[in-house]
Amino acid sequence: MTDATMPTGTPRKASSSELVAASLKRRRRKQTRLQWIGLGAISIAFGMLFILVASLVSSGWTAFTQTHITLSVYVDPEEVPLKRLPRGGFDDVLAVSVAKMLPGTDMSVRATAKSVEGILSKGAQFKLRDMVVADPGLIGQSVTLKVPVSDPFDQLNKGLIDRDTPDEFRRVKNTEIAWFDTLKDQGAISKPFNWALFTNADSRFPELAGLKGALVGSFWALLTCFLIAFPLGIGAAIYLEEFAPRNRFSDLIEVNINNLAAVPSVVFGLLALAVFIGWFGLPRSAPFVGGLTLALMTMPTIIIATRAALKAVPPSIREAALGLGASKQQVVFQHVLPLAMPGVLTGTIIGLAQALGETAPLLLIGMNAFITSAANSPFDSATALPTQIFIWADSPERGFVSRTSAAILVLLGFLVMMNAVAIYLRQKFERKW
Amino acid sequence: MSALPFLLLIGAVCAGYILNRVAAKSIRDRGDRLHSMTSYHGLFSALLILVPVLTFILFWLMLQGPVIDRLVMAGLPDGALGERGAGATQLVLAEIKSLSRGQVFGSPEEWKVAAASHLSQLHQRADWLLIVAVAALSLLLMGLARARVSADFRARQGVEGIVSGLMVFCSVVAIFTTIGIIVSLSYETLRFLKHVPLSEFLFGMNWEPQIPLREDQIAAAGAFGWLPVFLGTMVITVVALVVAVPVGLFSAIYLNEFAPRRLRAVVKPVLEILAGVPTVVYGFFAILVVAPAIRSLGQSFGLDVAPNTALAAGGVMGIMLIPFISSFADDALSAVPRTLRDGALGLGATRGEMMTTVLFPAALPGIVGGVLLAVSRAIGETMIVVMAAGLIAKLTINPLDSVTTVTVQIVTLLIGDTSFDNPKTLAAFALGMMLFLVTLMINIIALRIVRKYREAYD
Repeated sequence: MTDATMPTGTPRKASSSELVAASLKRRRRKQTRLQWIGLGAISIAFGMLFILVASLVSSGWTAFTQTHITLSVYVDPEEVPLKRLPRGGFDDVLAVSVAKMLPGTDMSVRATAKSVEGILSKGAQFKLRDMVVADPGLIGQSVTLKVPVSDPFDQLNKGLIDRDTPDEFRRVKNTEIAWFDTLKDQGAISKPFNWALFTNADSRFPELAGLKGALVGSFWALLTCFLIAFPLGIGAAIYLEEFAPRNRFSDLIEVNINNLAAVPSVVFGLLALAVFIGWFGLPRSAPFVGGLTLALMTMPTIIIATRAALKAVPPSIREAALGLGASKQQVVFQHVLPLAMPGVLTGTIIGLAQALGETAPLLLIGMNAFITSAANSPFDSATALPTQIFIWADSPERGFVSRTSAAILVLLGFLVMMNAVAIYLRQKFERKW
Repeated sequence: MSALPFLLLIGAVCAGYILNRVAAKSIRDRGDRLHSMTSYHGLFSALLILVPVLTFILFWLMLQGPVIDRLVMAGLPDGALGERGAGATQLVLAEIKSLSRGQVFGSPEEWKVAAASHLSQLHQRADWLLIVAVAALSLLLMGLARARVSADFRARQGVEGIVSGLMVFCSVVAIFTTIGIIVSLSYETLRFLKHVPLSEFLFGMNWEPQIPLREDQIAAAGAFGWLPVFLGTMVITVVALVVAVPVGLFSAIYLNEFAPRRLRAVVKPVLEILAGVPTVVYGFFAILVVAPAIRSLGQSFGLDVAPNTALAAGGVMGIMLIPFISSFADDALSAVPRTLRDGALGLGATRGEMMTTVLFPAALPGIVGGVLLAVSRAIGETMIVVMAAGLIAKLTINPLDSVTTVTVQIVTLLIGDTSFDNPKTLAAFALGMMLFLVTLMINIIALRIVRKYREAYD
């Protein structure tokens, strides 16, 4: 209040109200300045969120489409003899059919043949192989096939490679660009929605890498987490809120839960590594172990939310039920808990959303392995969405940058969905007493 | 196969429920007055089967693997293992296991093949034994429960007793978790201290976690002094706080006192979104946007900026902490009693003066508690620094340099390395122990400050 105190040396004739009036402008200005600083702080936070989302969207949206090439492939019996199936020169067959569309390429020159083959994704030959193995009658016939192009050409088609940079600094050479343009002029190039992002598992090649393995792994981990943390959390919360005597023991439990909520997540990873994997001998990289670890971390969140929801149910409900002769447990399980359920579910979903984004403990138990198939059970090796993001962010190929952003967008999509469900539940079912 | 015992258990639980319920019903139909409702009779039987049998199955599954491993290793012909160390024995076991799964590499020795078939035989036998045991135990318990059904059996009290026990068990899990953390961390830390003396770990100025791969390797002695790692953590934490504290505090002040209601209704959820973004996303943001931006900015000033500068990691961590600090400060400001506010305004203070001279000082303890919690978060934060900070420990406080943190070292030391008996992996547990202790201390202080201050106004 230094501004408002009257300086002692002022002349007598100025009354205090005049003094105040004189200083008021300055003091108001000070307040306005404070307001502007506050607004500035909020806009910094908003700006950061905007930059975050904008940079992810701008680098990630291209991964939602994938450049494909439509080929008419003659399955040459010379290259793919029936008796050698499933082996055969499928890559050569494909390369020849690409070369047919490019007039003037000499496939007998080794370097040319190699770069023509490089237009196609490495996965193309396997697609053709699977088709031929499924129907050997295709040998000696022509098939129309739509396969992904390799990552550099995908980037080129999406305009991410600058055609003006000098040839020697570019991943795609001038001749290759010319080929690609020829193919494009023939209408062979298309850019459909990238379903492979959701139906493929991980791969070394960005154009083939997908999130299926990660999504399945996250699903198993979250399911395990829910099945363990939900009953344990609710049980603990009911006990602490409704039944526990106020003594040192329940105080100890309470302090413990509050502290667990603030323990760094990487410490839970160390616990899981030493106890679950080291001592119990559970398998590494398994979503089950991940879910177990996440359950320990989610439990405090569920306990705290459940206790708040139980507390919000007015005592009159309890007293009425008790008065009608219900036992203490009947009161809780038949009246209080159903009324508190919306709050409990909201807290659980928010806890699970946090668990979905948790990365560090999963890294320590090895859920960052390179696995090219989706897990069939919670005990198979798998990755999870956040660890997949971490793996891709570490990969040097250019194509993985947009894949990583796309994976993040998928993860954020799931989080937004879960939170939206939580908010909906809260608004629809929560009662004000 | 592994699901069968659980299916059996579910079946037994349902059967027990129905059996007891029907029995109780028939007593009631005879005209006797039941003490408990029929559903409690059923529940009593279900719980009496469920709890012990489930515990039994879980223990069995947990012990089955290690016991069988031990049996197989004990059954190996004499002299097959010879003078091998613990690590080599582990390798032999792993080879036998993969043989029993049908993955044959090369031509394994005769005794290994025999051990593999022994192993799968034991596993099959154990699976059958478990099923038989579960069935027998369930039937026994079902019979016990069925024998208890009578008109004046207090089934409700029985059920409530079991349920109370279960609830106590649920709440004790939290204590078990804490004990588990402390025991596992201290056990591994003690093993680490056998290799590296405590004084070197605590006061050493060098962190080079290498171990010699061969006995005769030169110049790979490694150094395990945690000070440079801790200093790096502090540098990044300070950078994060420099970003987060002013932004968080001023937005809380504005939101609490000056913001129109509609703005507040927009800003609060947006800040919550910022708080809900997973840290791996922030880490990618740091390497995708922030680090290159800082680097090119530094170069335009002629500064030499490391590609993984502490500034980028710390700055992004600061963004992550903004909502944390702002919500804590907002709560602390709202908790100041209305009378203090009104008193200041009544004495002629402007709202700005009321905020800076009355509200803010009154809320200061709560705010300090929140900032301390933010510090402990920043110290324990992992993904941002793993992705954006450096790997090499340097004794520097220059934020433009690349530093490493405790959490980064834990993750890099443990990724891909599974053996538990070298100082390199054990060092991660020692670092984890220090991390746990430091954050626990800060948390306890912070929670105490927050609580004490809250009591003062209630």
